[in-house]
Amino acid sequence: MRVYVPGDAAARALGADAVAQAVQEAAAARGVDLTLIRNGTRGMIWLEPLVEIETPEGRIGFGPLDAADVAGLFDNPANHPKALGLVEALPWMAQQTRLTFARCGVIDPLSLEDYAAHGGLSGLRRALAMDAAAIVAEVTQSGLRGRGGAGFPTGIKWETVRGAVADRKYIVCNADEGDSGTFADRMMMEGDPFTLIEGMIIAGLAVGATKGFVYLRSEYPDAIKVMGRAVEIARANGLLGASVLGSRRDFDMEIRVGAGAYVCGEETSLLNSLEGKRGVVRAKPPLPALEGFMGKPTVVNNVISLATVPVIFERGAAFYRDFGLGRSRGTIPLQIAGNVKRGGLFETAFGLSLGEIVDNIAGGTLTGRPVKAVQVGGPLGAYFPRAKFDTPFGYEEFDGQGGLIGHAGVVVFDETADMLGMARFAFEFCAVESCGKCTPCRIGAVRGVETMDRIARGDADAIPLLTDLCETMKDGSLCALGGFTPYPVMSALTHFPDDFATTRKAAE
Amino acid sequence: MQKPNHLTPEEVRCRTEEVLAAHAGLEGPLLPILQALQSGFGFIPQEAVPQIAEALNIGRAEVHGVITFYHDFRDAPAGRHVVKICRAEACQAQGANALADATLAKLGLQWHGTTANGAVTVEPVYCLGLCACGPAAMVDGQVVGRVDSARMDALLAEAGA
Repeated sequence: MRVYVPGDAAARALGADAVAQAVQEAAAARGVDLTLIRNGTRGMIWLEPLVEIETPEGRIGFGPLDAADVAGLFDNPANHPKALGLVEALPWMAQQTRLTFARCGVIDPLSLEDYAAHGGLSGLRRALAMDAAAIVAEVTQSGLRGRGGAGFPTGIKWETVRGAVADRKYIVCNADEGDSGTFADRMMMEGDPFTLIEGMIIAGLAVGATKGFVYLRSEYPDAIKVMGRAVEIARANGLLGASVLGSRRDFDMEIRVGAGAYVCGEETSLLNSLEGKRGVVRAKPPLPALEGFMGKPTVVNNVISLATVPVIFERGAAFYRDFGLGRSRGTIPLQIAGNVKRGGLFETAFGLSLGEIVDNIAGGTLTGRPVKAVQVGGPLGAYFPRAKFDTPFGYEEFDGQGGLIGHAGVVVFDETADMLGMARFAFEFCAVESCGKCTPCRIGAVRGVETMDRIARGDADAIPLLTDLCETMKDGSLCALGGFTPYPVMSALTHFPDDFATTRKAAE
Repeated sequence: MQKPNHLTPEEVRCRTEEVLAAHAGLEGPLLPILQALQSGFGFIPQEAVPQIAEALNIGRAEVHGVITFYHDFRDAPAGRHVVKICRAEACQAQGANALADATLAKLGLQWHGTTANGAVTVEPVYCLGLCACGPAAMVDGQVVGRVDSARMDALLAEAGA
C-alpha cells in the first residue's frame, strides 16, 4: 500500500507528522505492507494534512486529517467521512495549469528517480546539447520575467551576464521569500527541490557560470533541510559537480542561510549578505549582472524564475509563451492567503481577474464576512478594494491600477480590517527592516508611524503631510523597501478613506 | 543552551577556532561562521569577535556591524525555548494581532522578552510562509499553524512558561 503524507511545512504545521506516525502504526498493527512517502503539498492548504492513497484509478485524497481519522483509511476507505475522491479531479487541481509546479505534491521530493520519471532532467538534457547563446535565446523567447516581483525579462538579464567577460561568474538564487502572503518558493524547495537545481544548472550553462548559491531565509528550516539534502543527492548522482550528467560541464552549488533581514530579498543587499557583510543595499549601477557576487558577473533570479526554466526547455519556449496575457507570458503561481475559505497555491496562466481569484477560487472569506481589501504582492503591495476586482492578473495591468503583483501573494481581509492600522503597520515594518542606507527609508518610516498616530488621534492636518512623505519615499529611496512602502499606505488612504475619517470624527 | 557565565574564555576560543577552521574554504564565510557559533553557544560571545576579525582579516567593527545588523544574531542567550509569532499581514488577516497581544499580556512580556523563569523568549517574526494557515508560530524551529489562544496556551505550557 502506497500512502502519501505531505512533509511540507504547512502540512506539518497542521499536524502531518502525527498523521504520518498514525499511518505507520495502523499499517503495522494490521500487517499491511506500507510504503509511506512524505511528498510536498499539492497546495490545497485548507485540506492539509491531505493524505493520498494510490489506487489503480489514481490517487485518492482524504483531508483534512488528524491522527484519529487514520484507522478508517485502512478499515473502510470507501466510506471515510473525509474522502475527497481523485485528487487530480478536485476542482482546485483540475482548473490549474501546473507547469512550474507540475511535480510538487506528486513525487517524493528527494527521489531523483521519481523526479526523472516525471519529466525531470529532460530540460537539462536538451540544454546540454545547445550552445550558450541558444539557451539564452530560448529563455528570451519564452517571455519569462522575474517572478520575484520586479518582472525584469530573465533572458535579457542572462544575456548581459553571458556577454560579460570575467574569470568567474555566479548564479545566485534569491530564496529570501520574505513577503507576507507568499510561500511558492518554500513549497517548491520543499516539494520539488531538483527542479530548482536543474534550473540553476541551465542558467550556469547559459552564462558560463560554474558556481551557484541559494540564499535561503532562516525562517524556513524545513526548506533548508530539504534543499541541503537535495544538493547532496544531486552531487552523489553526478547531477552537480565536475561533469554534469557526464557532459564534462562543471556546475556546483551551495545553500546559504539568511539571518532574518527582510531587506536581503533585495538583490544587492542579498549579495552583500552572501559576501558576509551587512545587508545594506548597493546603488545601481553597476548592475549585479556585471558586478555582482564578489564583484563578478552574477545572475540573481528568484526561485520560481529558475524553477520555471526546466519546463521551458522540456516543452519549448513557444509552448510556455502561449499562455498568458499581454506582456505577462506563461503561468503564475498565485498564493492565496489570509482570511479565505480556500487558501493555497494555484498556478494558472496570467490574466484571471482579481475578483475571480478572490471570490471563485478562494471562495471568499473564511469568516464569511464580506471582503474589504486584498493586498497583492506582499507588504509593499497596494490594498485593492472590491471596486478594482476586475483588474486582470498581469504585471502591467496591476501597475496601471496603482499596484503591483510582486511575488503573486494575494492576502484577503474581511470587513473587520482596520486600514489605518494596516497603513501604520506598513511604516512600522519598514522601520524595523530598513537597512539604513538611504534617508527617505530610514527616517521616513519612523516619521510615517508618527504621522499615522497623529491621524489616528484626529489630526486632519497630518494627511497632506503623509501624502508628501510618501512622495519623498517613493522618489528618493534607493530600493523597493522605502520606495514601495507608500503603495500599501496610499492605497489604504485612497480606497478606504472612511477608516481614516471615522477615526477623525470619533476624536473630535 | 548555556548561560554566558558557564563559558570559559578557553571554551569560546577553542570552539571559535574549530568553527573558523571548518569554514576556511568558503567564499563569504562570515554569516555561516556566526550561525555556527550561535547554534553552538546559543548566542555570539563578545570574546569571539576579535578572533573572527583576525582570521578573516577584517576589522572588529565590521564583525560587530554584521552581528548587529541581522535580527537572528544574539549577544546573550535566549530563554530555553524561543516562541516566534508571525506579525505579517496574512496572519493579521487571520487574527494574529489579538493572539500576539494576549500572549504577551499573559506572560507579562514585551516583544523579545524572556519569562522570569528563563523558559521562554517571545519574538516577532515577519512571515513563516504559512500564510494560508495562520496565525502562525514557530517554537524552536517547529512550525505551528492556525494557532488560537488554546493552542498557544498548550505550546507555552509545554515550554514551561
